[in-house]
Amino acid sequence: MSLALQVEDVHHAYRGVPALTGVSLHVPAGAVVALVGESGSGKTTLLRCFNRLVDPDRGTVRVGDRDARTFDPVQLRRRIGYVPQNGGLLPHWTVRRNVALVPRLTGAPDAEMAADAALGHVGLAPDRFGDRLPRELSGGQRQRAALARAFAARQQLILLDEAFGALDAISRGEAHEAFERVRREIGFTAVLVTHDLAEAARLADRTAVMRAGAIEQVGTVAELRAAAATPYVRMLFERAQAASAALGAP
Amino acid sequence: MNPLAIAALPAACVLGSVAAQGQGPPSAPVVVASKPFGESYLLAELFAQLLESRGIAVERRPGLGATEVAFGALRTDAIDVYPEYTGTGLLAILHDPLDASMRGDARRTFAHVARECEERHGVRWLPPLGFQNGYAIAVRRDTATALQLRTLSDLARAAASLTAGFTSDFIGRSDGLPGLSREYGLALRDVRPLAPAVKYTALAERAVDVIDGYSTDGLLARFDLVTLVDDHHFFPPYEAAAVVSPRLSRTRPDAIATLTLLSSRLDEARMRTCNRRIEVDGAPIAAVAADVLHDLGLVRAVDAAARETPPARSGLLAFLWSRRTQTAWLALHHLALVLAALAAAVLVALPLGLLLERARRGAGSVIGALGLLQTIPSIALLAFMIPVLGIGVRPAFVALWLYALYPIARNTYTGVRDADIDAVAACEAMGATARQRLFWVRLPLAAPVIMAGVRTAAVISVGAATLAAFIGAGGLGEPIVTGLALADSRLVLAGAIPAALLALLVDGALAFVERAVAPAHLRASDGAGDRR
Repeated sequence: MSLALQVEDVHHAYRGVPALTGVSLHVPAGAVVALVGESGSGKTTLLRCFNRLVDPDRGTVRVGDRDARTFDPVQLRRRIGYVPQNGGLLPHWTVRRNVALVPRLTGAPDAEMAADAALGHVGLAPDRFGDRLPRELSGGQRQRAALARAFAARQQLILLDEAFGALDAISRGEAHEAFERVRREIGFTAVLVTHDLAEAARLADRTAVMRAGAIEQVGTVAELRAAAATPYVRMLFERAQAASAALGAP
Repeated sequence: MNPLAIAALPAACVLGSVAAQGQGPPSAPVVVASKPFGESYLLAELFAQLLESRGIAVERRPGLGATEVAFGALRTDAIDVYPEYTGTGLLAILHDPLDASMRGDARRTFAHVARECEERHGVRWLPPLGFQNGYAIAVRRDTATALQLRTLSDLARAAASLTAGFTSDFIGRSDGLPGLSREYGLALRDVRPLAPAVKYTALAERAVDVIDGYSTDGLLARFDLVTLVDDHHFFPPYEAAAVVSPRLSRTRPDAIATLTLLSSRLDEARMRTCNRRIEVDGAPIAAVAADVLHDLGLVRAVDAAARETPPARSGLLAFLWSRRTQTAWLALHHLALVLAALAAAVLVALPLGLLLERARRGAGSVIGALGLLQTIPSIALLAFMIPVLGIGVRPAFVALWLYALYPIARNTYTGVRDADIDAVAACEAMGATARQRLFWVRLPLAAPVIMAGVRTAAVISVGAATLAAFIGAGGLGEPIVTGLALADSRLVLAGAIPAALLALLVDGALAFVERAVAPAHLRASDGAGDRR
């Protein structure tokens, strides 16, 4: 049901400024991989290669068993869910209509039913929330609606770009629960761009640390912590631990 | 009625009248026009009534704004005849100098102007009407007596003790005050710019001692003023005559012969009396004209309607009420013109704004060029169009259309460009095509901004359309132009008040549309925003 993703030796530059310098990564079918790293490290550019918002200058991107370039970009994007940082819901559409966007784009006859089902999976009761406008939801509810939109058309891949980064801790927790529930109940392959190592540890099977357009190390968060391959990875963990120590964590 | 039909109705009216302006059959009515001041209205009305009395059909186009507009229209056969003055022909139309041979010689001046206008523009001057209406430098009788002033040379001698109130036009023109000062060595104690409407009162009340007027002004007689003799013949002769279009001289000898009946029949005294009846007593122009033609023995039976006694100067409200039917028709005509131009502008500017938003490159310069168009004064823009489009509704429609393009195109461009960037980007990432993003997201989100542009354009158009009366397009500008020319403030208000109300009405109606097209999240009607 899910599709594997793969990039091999991908290079890309924006007007001569390199953004990706020889990146290779494999995301097995059904896996969730997190991309962490500072701003400008190339993680969003890499994410956008998968749905052809970026066509890299060099290297190959494979979606399932096909080269991404063999897909029509519009058709490809309709098969891949996408959750941006601030939800990107259309402000003038109801939540139900928003979630039904991709089913409608693909001409599915039961778009609204699919939307209601997706809303149920993320814990937003369709009869209570379906008719509201995005501005009538809290930030966490909006991100969950955006998540529902990303799989309402039974997309097998979901790309999340800092999807939960701007939420308070409680809303983020609820959004994480919704993500895990959907993954359990429906199943998908996902690539998750995040600043937050804790989020990567919780949601992702494997984490890739990126810096200056290249991947420094890939592994589970536990592996990365135990055996940092570069000074940057070690520093990343030290800082994250210092931050949680400041909260008085044991 | 559905909204489309409502929108189509005024457009149909205007297009209908545009079509009706096309080239008519050979026996088309003679188009009689005037410039926007009292004496010009009167002379044009004399031409019109005289032609009608000889069974020649006439169409009246009074109050065409300024010499350029009227002469431009005549040259291109958009009108057939209007009254003009030789001095104006020499300086403002031919731009020729007043050379020594013409000084003080009305015959030679007329011969020169008539010959040159025929050669350069194909326009024919009929033999002069018999009077001059030139610049008249006037003083109070007591000033003239005390200082022994009879000529402009006398004035120059006494100038150091006198304050002048001149119209700004006269102060600025080289054939006005600057030239006059040079010619006579005139050095007045002070020169104050005065509006034409107040200069006679200012002189009578001793605020100033000298004014510039015209020799047939009705007010010269009323205030018992002395006009000083131009003993150096500095001012060119301003002999009045009918000027006729190339078409009329070619095809209508009957009309030419009839108009020539007035040649040498009007003198300055008669014109001064008539002007006074119109400007001071408020007599209807048609009645004054009928009286003149009757006195001259040119028409026998005097038209009963024209004979009607002038209404007593009643209150403003009563006056407005008495004109209600006329005002309603003018307002309807005005509205139809504005809505048709606006609809045509939306049809062009909306796609243009979208196109610019797609291209981006060059959008700034195109929008800038449209904005520049906006800075051309309406009257100049209207004057430009006469050679191409003639006068009447057609050039007015095009001018209003041009003015309306900018606010609509600009707001479409910025509205669509700035529509919720995140929502648009998310839609693209989920596989919405450019077309779907436009119609589902960007246009609905930009709708209030676009409508605001349409509203701006509409209000501008209602105002600009009043100026269209200067080129004979009718509408609520008609009473304004006539009222200004005759210094009749009630008549000005009879156009200005309905025009202002119309602007408010149009703005209000479009505000309603703006609310109706606002996207759901911007409609603050149900207070649902608080639900969590």
